[in-house]
Amino acid sequence: MATPPPPTQPEADAALASTTGPGSDSQLVPAVPARFEDPGLPEHRLRRTDTDPRAAKRAERTVSLLFGLAMLAGVGFVVAYFAIRITDPTSAIRSTQFTGLALAVMLLCIGFGAVHWAKQLMPDHEQIEQRHRVASTPLEQQQAGQILSQGAVEVGLPRRKLLWGSLVGALATLPVVGAVPLWGLKTHNRNQTPAQALSHTVWRSGMRLLKEADKTPIKPSDLSLHEVVHVIPQVTTAQGHLRPDVDANAVNSHHELTLNELAKAVVLLMRIPPGDLKEPAERKNWSVEGIVAYSKICTHVGCPIALYEKTTSHLLCPCHQSTFDAADQCKVVFGPANRPLPQLPITVDAQGYLIAQSDFTEPVGPSFPERG
Amino acid sequence: MKRSIPLPRRGRRSRWAAVALLAGLLACTGAVAAASTDRQGPDLAAYATPTPADVQAGRQLFVANCSTCHGMNAQGSGTAPSLYGVGAASAHFQLSTGRMPLRASGPQAPRGPVSYTEEQIRQMTAYVGSLGPGPQVPSAQQLDYSGLSDEQIAIGGQIFRTNCAMCHSAAGSGGALTQGKYAPNLRGVDAVSMYEAMVTGPQSMPVFSDSTLTPENKVAVIAYLKTMEDNPNPGLTLGQLGPVSEGAFLWGVGLSALIGIAVWLGAKAR
Repeated sequence: MATPPPPTQPEADAALASTTGPGSDSQLVPAVPARFEDPGLPEHRLRRTDTDPRAAKRAERTVSLLFGLAMLAGVGFVVAYFAIRITDPTSAIRSTQFTGLALAVMLLCIGFGAVHWAKQLMPDHEQIEQRHRVASTPLEQQQAGQILSQGAVEVGLPRRKLLWGSLVGALATLPVVGAVPLWGLKTHNRNQTPAQALSHTVWRSGMRLLKEADKTPIKPSDLSLHEVVHVIPQVTTAQGHLRPDVDANAVNSHHELTLNELAKAVVLLMRIPPGDLKEPAERKNWSVEGIVAYSKICTHVGCPIALYEKTTSHLLCPCHQSTFDAADQCKVVFGPANRPLPQLPITVDAQGYLIAQSDFTEPVGPSFPERG
Repeated sequence: MKRSIPLPRRGRRSRWAAVALLAGLLACTGAVAAASTDRQGPDLAAYATPTPADVQAGRQLFVANCSTCHGMNAQGSGTAPSLYGVGAASAHFQLSTGRMPLRASGPQAPRGPVSYTEEQIRQMTAYVGSLGPGPQVPSAQQLDYSGLSDEQIAIGGQIFRTNCAMCHSAAGSGGALTQGKYAPNLRGVDAVSMYEAMVTGPQSMPVFSDSTLTPENKVAVIAYLKTMEDNPNPGLTLGQLGPVSEGAFLWGVGLSALIGIAVWLGAKAR
């Protein structure tokens, strides 16, 4: 872009005069000129190193000192490399730390020295280069167009239509190859819509609750007051007919579950003091002797919740501080979560072990579009 | 720049002040961390067989020191829980870590200086233990984790990550709970306190009874924590608090340094 030529002094004065009409109160309102004068470039200031030879000498010494330090750090690197013998993980970390530190000091000193040199001692001339038009001249544009169209004719673009058409076709097929496998992500089980898959877990009626720590079943008497147990489902075909590929004899066949299925089904089991537990009539038989089971997946964005506070019976999600009241249907008492944690209805089987009455009665985890 | 009066040097004097302050603070946290470790464990054998005289002496100490809140017969009050059935382990944990007597009401009783002699703690523990059945103070043999194999210690780590890490963090350095409550740092805590905390569930902590977490598993967890303590991370760990302290360091120190360098690079030399 071409800069407009700065107005000459009489021009500017005339513009100034035209804004302040005769007889106006020009004493009170400051006059605004129609066009400002180009202030030009600021005055070039000399650096202290330009005017004072002692300052220049000092800057030179500082730069040399920095470069000298870089040399020393380089020596330090070599010393650290050979002095620290790598015998165990700790010494390996030490070796990396000290060589890294030496290298960092070395590079920083070289960098700071170079910048200080450039700023304080290198020539400080100011040069002005005026801006000019970026666009090419019409003649150049015309010539470039001619070269392109001539090239198209020479490679046979108008003549070899089949060749070019097939190339375009081949390139258009390429994205399809990438996109088709994405279809497989739609749902793991082809008989289910994603919403159906999200709405159910592997929990079924009669399925035992297992301690996650040692994969053993739980009796109500195992839990003292305010005891918390991390629970996973025990998958058997005898009760649930969950998966035809699960061996009915393999009682603890967790390897048959995919990790995704297991992660969705994790449950936290707590014994709440009988006086504290608030249960609506329809959930009265969902607990056993004050022992309640809730999904461990936060209804906000699905973090595992396991921070149980005994004094308040609150469950805290470590990700975004959603807090649920385990004594009152895991209702949200604080934080961004919008739904209570789903409760797993539990009871005891003939041997006295805790079992699930059914799957969760609502989808576990965060909301999804079909859920509304 | 033409100046007849020399520039005041106030700005240049404090150039390294921030660095010195940071170094000082880091040194202080190191000293505090060093001071809090290596606490001598108590002689646990004496706790196994409390005599009627111990219970009697413990009751007198209890009435003099604890009954204001816990009631003359340890029945509890609106401000303090009943001590019936909490067990000797609970009393020993609270007294030997200095959490009781409570110095000020707050969201949580913090660890503090121990107020009583070993003898007095033993007597009060005997009294609380006599009030009703509850978890006992573990014996030294029970807590001995020296014979555990690496595999058992690794299992202890697995149990810790499943049951404890969500509050105490994977590094055992503690973490925040709701409304001022927190899970304390586990580094430097002696084995008996850890064991008693698991069986009694002090304050906000849930209970891990022997039926859900066997005594062997508890000892494996302790062994895992002690192994981590013996093999600390070298370098600047920033308290091993995870993203909070690391993020604060990067945003505070790292970003400030980058902005400072950028400003210096862009500044015109004078």
